[in-house]
Amino acid sequence: MAMIRVLSLVLSVLSSVTLLWTQSGECNNGRRSADAVDTDFSGFSVPLEHSFEVDDVPRFRLRGALQFRGGREQGVYLSQNQLSEKDRNTLKDVAAVDGLYRIRVPRVSLQVDRQTEKQSEGYLTTFVRACSLVESHLSDVITLHTDVSGCVVGISIVTIPGSCRGIEVEDEVDLEVFNTTISVVAPVTAPVPETAPYIERMEQEMEKKGKNPQEQKSFFAKYWYLILGGAVFLMATSSAQTPPGGASEQS
Amino acid sequence: MAWLVVRLAISVSLFYTASAVFEDQVGKFDWRQQFIGKVRFALFDTHSQASKKLLVATDKNVFASLNSRTGDLFWRHVDKTGPEGHIDALLMYGQDAVVVAGNGRLLRSWETTVGGLKWETVLDTGSFQAAALVGVQDFVKYVAVLKKSAISLHDLSSGSQIWVENLPDSDTVQYQTIYSGGNGLVFVFGVVPNSHIVIVEYKIEDGEIMNKKSVEAAWMSSLESSCTVISSGILLCVDQITQSLYTLLLQSAEQTEMRQIHLQTLDLEVASGFQPVLTSTQPNPAQPPLSEFFLQLSPDHHILLQLKDGLIVPLRDFNPSYLAAFATSGERTVAAVMSPKNDTACSINLFSADTGRRHLDTTIIYHMDPNGGKPNRLYVHAFLKKDDSVGYRVMVQTEDLTLTFLQQPGRVVWMREEALADVVTMEMIDLPFTGTQAELEGEFGKKAAIQDGLLPMVLKRLSSQFILLQAWLAHLWKLFYDARKPRSSVKNEVNIDTLSRDEFNLQKMMVMVTASGKLFGIDSKSGTILWKQYLENIEPNSVFKLIVQRTTAHFPHPPQCTLLIKNKDTGLGNLYVFNPIFGKKSQISVPALPRPVLQTLLLPVIDQDYAKVLLLIDDQYKVTTFPSTKNILQQLQDTASSIFFYLVDSSQGKLSGFRLRKDLSTELIWEVVIPTEVQKIVAVKGKRANEHVHSQGRVMGDRSVLYKYLNPNLLAVITESTDTHHERSFVGIFLIDGVTGRIVHEAVQRKAKGPVHFVHSENWVVYVYWNSKFRRNEFSVLELFEGAELYNSTVFSSLDRPHPPQVLQQSYIFPAPISTLEATLTEKGITSRHLLVGLPSGNILSLPKMFLDPRRPEVVSEQSREENLIPYAPEMPIRDEWFINYNQTVSRVRGIHTAPSGLESTCLVVAYGLDIYQTRVFPSKQFDVLKDDYDYVLISSVLFGLFFATMISKRLAEVKLLNRAWR
Repeated sequence: MAMIRVLSLVLSVLSSVTLLWTQSGECNNGRRSADAVDTDFSGFSVPLEHSFEVDDVPRFRLRGALQFRGGREQGVYLSQNQLSEKDRNTLKDVAAVDGLYRIRVPRVSLQVDRQTEKQSEGYLTTFVRACSLVESHLSDVITLHTDVSGCVVGISIVTIPGSCRGIEVEDEVDLEVFNTTISVVAPVTAPVPETAPYIERMEQEMEKKGKNPQEQKSFFAKYWYLILGGAVFLMATSSAQTPPGGASEQS
Repeated sequence: MAWLVVRLAISVSLFYTASAVFEDQVGKFDWRQQFIGKVRFALFDTHSQASKKLLVATDKNVFASLNSRTGDLFWRHVDKTGPEGHIDALLMYGQDAVVVAGNGRLLRSWETTVGGLKWETVLDTGSFQAAALVGVQDFVKYVAVLKKSAISLHDLSSGSQIWVENLPDSDTVQYQTIYSGGNGLVFVFGVVPNSHIVIVEYKIEDGEIMNKKSVEAAWMSSLESSCTVISSGILLCVDQITQSLYTLLLQSAEQTEMRQIHLQTLDLEVASGFQPVLTSTQPNPAQPPLSEFFLQLSPDHHILLQLKDGLIVPLRDFNPSYLAAFATSGERTVAAVMSPKNDTACSINLFSADTGRRHLDTTIIYHMDPNGGKPNRLYVHAFLKKDDSVGYRVMVQTEDLTLTFLQQPGRVVWMREEALADVVTMEMIDLPFTGTQAELEGEFGKKAAIQDGLLPMVLKRLSSQFILLQAWLAHLWKLFYDARKPRSSVKNEVNIDTLSRDEFNLQKMMVMVTASGKLFGIDSKSGTILWKQYLENIEPNSVFKLIVQRTTAHFPHPPQCTLLIKNKDTGLGNLYVFNPIFGKKSQISVPALPRPVLQTLLLPVIDQDYAKVLLLIDDQYKVTTFPSTKNILQQLQDTASSIFFYLVDSSQGKLSGFRLRKDLSTELIWEVVIPTEVQKIVAVKGKRANEHVHSQGRVMGDRSVLYKYLNPNLLAVITESTDTHHERSFVGIFLIDGVTGRIVHEAVQRKAKGPVHFVHSENWVVYVYWNSKFRRNEFSVLELFEGAELYNSTVFSSLDRPHPPQVLQQSYIFPAPISTLEATLTEKGITSRHLLVGLPSGNILSLPKMFLDPRRPEVVSEQSREENLIPYAPEMPIRDEWFINYNQTVSRVRGIHTAPSGLESTCLVVAYGLDIYQTRVFPSKQFDVLKDDYDYVLISSVLFGLFFATMISKRLAEVKLLNRAWR
């Protein structure tokens, strides 16, 4: 059956979660550049490649392009191609044999001024089971992780849902367009011991204590009634005990 | 009021966690052994006849005094590690021991009876060369220290410096040794390699150079091992290439070159490739040395020679002989020589030094341990007997760092295993069942049930019950018998044949691997060494990996441990398979490993012999399996697609994940690259395979559940920045899924520095770092939660967990430096966890994990109180009662090993470093054990009382009922 090969339209499937990362440094040295924010470099793109083969030998092809926005609002956008009919069939076949769907990106620095000199020393790869990609109708979440200086150190892909239940995906349309959420995650700064708020709180406690006149009273001032009551009670009991003694003497 | 509640909450929480040892519990279930390391200098106190002191200085920078009767430590001083505390020389005179430490930085004098410091002097800088005692007129008054470019003389009684002089031409001449013969002069010998020897004479009183001469010696490269001074000031040297001895009279002006004596003229020859060694003796530093000396010609050939009237005369040839040493008692000097007797024993004999004649009845037979190494040092302690003959004792040090102290005729007085001062890794193995227990196990084995019919089964059952009864009666009899004996003698010896598992599996076998390549099997209850095995051809201080392939649970198959070792000659990996209970090498054939091994992986897949499969991945990513039976290969093929492993290449900052293929090749499936220009990977840790987590989540104050993110494949990767400036340095923490390579969490601790110690367990990571801004140690805890709902509660799969976990983190100040960190481990994971923190002071702190909880609230609320959370305080408390080893400090603690016991409340702990300390900890107190002082009498009398009261009242009630019926 001769199929007309529908050349895949370059359809900009949008998807975009932007993430602001505030810290900036370099890949190669620890020097900080404060002017990174002010540079008017408009952005750059790197290819995102994928591979899914029945024989499980990776042969990477272009899946789309990751576009990084430099400047003040840094973010990432992914424009990607539609899957061709042949690709769709291959993907289904790979899913049937529980093969892997791999993606990779070149190692790049998102730091703008370093970007030009640091190119493709290798790739960062990851994978997801092909069946889960098929069953989730090509809805995946790709996350790029950077280090402190803005170099991409790792990539991860998950599909939602992530399970393989063996559900047949009949509708071809479901496997045409990727529904991708992409994000860049920079390392979070780990907290340090919070001494200042603690001391502040302690001071507040002390102040509160100081304001409360009830707590400032001395021991006797606070419990005078108890002490008095106790004393009266003691006296009463001691005076009550003596008469029987006296009485016995009398008899 | 709120503050009061907070305090109350803290005190209540402390009440639950406080765990100290009572005074009467000391030593009940804990023990400590102290070690010193490899002996470099050993001196016997010959000051008085009855002295038992033996002074030793070791490569672990330890200076100690041993009791030569028992081998116990009198006292021990542990100096700094590394070159700073390195002991360069040990000299002894009378009651004083003089030590030069830290590459000639410090000169110390110690009082030898109690080990008190008498004085200490800081020396001028310069690398240390030699030190010697200097005597004037039969009385030792000074100590001379030779540095690379200066010589100084110090008073022996006060340490004050008498004089210091620069050495002439010290930039070209290498000054190496020093000599004084008690005639008011100090000689310093230097050498210009392959050119000449320089001899400088100093006057003792004021350091004036009396004489300086240089003597041609083109063959000379180093003075230290090849030259010595004998007789009344004659320098004697030996050279291997010219096969000659050279002599030089020190105090003669006319002799300008060394006199050569060919060894051939003495019918001697140095073995090819062997650097000959000269050994002389100077019994009193204030008098010239003897004219007799040993010349070692080959590793097992010594000869005793004498210089007489300028001629060298052989006194006695010792061929073969391993070791030789001089010793002096009173006026008499003797030589002890160790010669091989047969394959397993050596004989040590005593010879008089001046004649070479053998002393009668002085043979000591030294039996070599077949599982040990060869002897390599001999220290002799000679003493005069009542009949004026010379008696002696010897201390032998072997390659495997065993110190054996022997006396005639070969009785081992004591033995020390100094290899244990450097434990690299260890495991704790369950002991096997006793014969009767094993009998029962065997009866219900699967194989037996299938083969036998009904009747044989019944008979078997009866017979095994009978055996049990017999064993019980024997046990009762023993109890009865022991009860009559006094308590002290009851303490039964631990024997390898009587080893068996106790009721609660508290006694285990500690298998320890030491840096020298010696393995030990130690009983955890008493600390007795039950077996030892020295592995030759091992590169010392290399990485060892100890794997337990089969535990004791699979009777009748013996337990099996595998040690991955590195061969000294080939540098390749090698598997050593042994039985951890008896220490015997297993006869199983091991696969050859032709390539370096990058990673090992113990799979839960077992073969028909119940041994777990070990996968070894070499540098070409090929997989070798051990054992590799057909059954195993079949199982591996079936499960290959779910076997993943990771490799770490810290030099390139690369972490990569691989998957096993059906044909046992591998495929790369993920890659994470952390640029090495910014940070380098310092440590990667997964979770312990034998860890159990009892509770899937935490119940919150509002009765909802916060589920833990329990990913068994999670790796904690710690990085340190390459920039070490205190403002810019940082520590990075990556939590990476080992199957998919997904970075689950990535955090940066800014202004932080290593060394980082961390523990990764359950759903948390605790790490310790140095805060370079505030200059203090800080703890940080990361906890991972799935949230209020579990994604898939039945099974965890890294491939199917799309939602990232919630990560909570909190940091605390820890007011002490830290040496090592470990977490407690219990059988089922019900008991709360404690962190065991090894401090440089030698204490081990048991810190409740409760204090390291990122959910500790800033402000106390009703809910947090409900949850029993301690309010946040930035500083971590250290309480004295948390020190689990009270005053039994562990010097230089390097590692802590924890193992579960049969009791859920109890965790076995072994801390090792220079010392070894074993104890038990009860993180949630002993909730499943009755206390030692539990009142059995009271409870049983109450029970019986109630029982009888019921009986009587029942009877009375019956009578009453009857009476009422009659009325």
